[in-house]
Amino acid sequence: MTVETKLTMTEQDVRSFSASHSEPEAFTNLRVQALAAAEALPLPKPDKTKIINWNFTDFPVHTVESSTYASLDELPEQVKSIVDADQKNLYIQHNNTPAYVSLDKNLQQQGVILTDIQTAIREHGDLVAKYFMTEAVKAEEHKLTALHAALLNGGMFLYVPKNLAIKNPVQAIFVHDNEEASLFNHALIVADKGSEVTYVENYISTVPKAKGVANIVSEVFAEDNASVTYGAVDVLAEGFTTYVNRRGVAQRDARIEWALGMMNDSDTISDNTTFLIGDNSVGDTKTVVVGRGTQKQNFTTQVIHWGKNSDGQILKHGVMKDSASSIFNGIGKIEHGATKANAEQESRVLMLSPKARGDANPILLIDEDDVTAGHAASVGRVDPLQLYYLMSRGITKQEAERLVIHGFLAPVVNVLPIEGVKKQLTEVIERKVR
Amino acid sequence: MSTLVIKDLHVEIEGKQILKGVNITINTSEIHAIMGPNGTGKSTLASAIMGHPKYEVTQGTIELDGEDVLAMEVDERARAGLFLAMQYPSEISGVTNADFMRSAMNARREEGNEVSLMKFIRELDSKMETLAMDQDMAQRYLNEGFSGGEKKRNEILQMMMIKPTFAVLDEIDSGLDIDALKVVSEGINQMKGENFGCLIITHYQRLLNYITPDHVHVMMQGRVVKSGGPELAHKLEAEGYDWIKTELGIEDETVGQEA
Repeated sequence: MTVETKLTMTEQDVRSFSASHSEPEAFTNLRVQALAAAEALPLPKPDKTKIINWNFTDFPVHTVESSTYASLDELPEQVKSIVDADQKNLYIQHNNTPAYVSLDKNLQQQGVILTDIQTAIREHGDLVAKYFMTEAVKAEEHKLTALHAALLNGGMFLYVPKNLAIKNPVQAIFVHDNEEASLFNHALIVADKGSEVTYVENYISTVPKAKGVANIVSEVFAEDNASVTYGAVDVLAEGFTTYVNRRGVAQRDARIEWALGMMNDSDTISDNTTFLIGDNSVGDTKTVVVGRGTQKQNFTTQVIHWGKNSDGQILKHGVMKDSASSIFNGIGKIEHGATKANAEQESRVLMLSPKARGDANPILLIDEDDVTAGHAASVGRVDPLQLYYLMSRGITKQEAERLVIHGFLAPVVNVLPIEGVKKQLTEVIERKVR
Repeated sequence: MSTLVIKDLHVEIEGKQILKGVNITINTSEIHAIMGPNGTGKSTLASAIMGHPKYEVTQGTIELDGEDVLAMEVDERARAGLFLAMQYPSEISGVTNADFMRSAMNARREEGNEVSLMKFIRELDSKMETLAMDQDMAQRYLNEGFSGGEKKRNEILQMMMIKPTFAVLDEIDSGLDIDALKVVSEGINQMKGENFGCLIITHYQRLLNYITPDHVHVMMQGRVVKSGGPELAHKLEAEGYDWIKTELGIEDETVGQEA
């Protein structure tokens, strides 16, 4: 079925937005073409979740103007607490406005780029042209990627030059505190050959409700022998309709590791795909989720193997309470020629209430003989014998459940490299499962 | 002095009667051993004392200093002073051994009066040394990937940290080599004193070479069929269980058989 959607933004709106940001003509054209395509393109089809009636297209305003932060002292308390005292490499966005950026002097001199996406489009056009929605996510994939390209209104660009290893993590914080705001937000991360970087992002609502849409795309490029560790904690407010697509492309001997804490209170469709293009490339993806209220979510995690001897690991742990429902699709795909590839996945869902729904759906698609693959999936309640064991040490039932749940979600919490963010995720989990 | 009194205890699991009237009284400063062949109800007794969800007490009482233990939830029993070193402890991923033990200790304390981190670490280090445990086991996830012997030591470590009034040790010696048996026994012996009573469940006399019980009980067919002093354990070691069966006219000692 083709759904014709009348879009609230016209070509003229898109052209004038582009002009107001002094975007090069090529980028304006990309937006205009994507907008035209978005009308007719279908929505994505996340397996087992019907999203035909979800509102991804109607939002109060395209862009809101927000203040910048002259110093970190001006940050809201909630945001302050996730910035470690020694955090040198930091980008903060306030709704759609680039609000703060800092980058270690040494790194600047060595050619590292950390900037808002609009500046990148203007000043680093060649890199943007090479990587922005060309390979990992394409504008013409479906309606939401097309809308994303057409309506892009924020984001961050990080470039790490050849053979440079950045020791301290780079952090991006996207603060949402305006109910009217929508996020067509893009993170573009390029780790050139032999480089290493750890990036951690936070999507954080400091208001309880949202009226807009969140259409978020991240693209990660790990060139030959590069290594990218990508951590995220998403805490977007109820009311958003959220589409979040995080994808990585790993070349020869490259490594991409994801640690995603998906704690939105909004209905959310998530696509996390790693393309293991090069031989010996590694993709390791860990996702934890808590669903509550009447939230509906779908998490599709894919690792697609092209490279020989490539290794893909998927771990997903979800906790569902109240009447929340979630689908966890895990896809390990091994293409013909990817000999000695290894695709492993584990999906586990813990149900905390009889009305909650969770579905772990492991899929292996293998087009090559000489490979190894495995999957494990389970959906169940907290193990009564685990509770018995903990309670037999004097721990109350409530505290025992808390320990088991935190333990269950620990795989992501433990690998987040920024203390403040680790603590934040722990507290969000605490708040959501209570 | 505290007293744990088990009277006429009848226990079923999934409709099958296992214990058929067990009577034992344990005081602090005493060590009791329950011996007997496999399948006679020893572990069921241990689980029933702690309140395992699958075991149903159908008759009889357990009282701790006059308090009705059977009316308590599992965690209340623990905070009242009971401890069970389990034969098959659960593995809990993502929860470190150290965090778990601190939670257990703090569960016994008022809010605001939690055990200090330094004091906790010092105590944990010293007890782990007694039990010849690797220091890194404190930071490993609770029982996850532990060998059989490591799990047993970890149970005893918890007992030493929590310091219960009464500990029930369910086959703490099974699967331990002689060196491990010695360190585990050393841990239990360190607990001995006027504020501690212990019920050791075993089917080997071996453990009792290192821990001298004050009372020895033999279980068969879901009951205590014979009680005595430490000499009873030696006699069992030398002569096995057959003489008891002959004496009492028991043909098959396992549960479900009647004399």
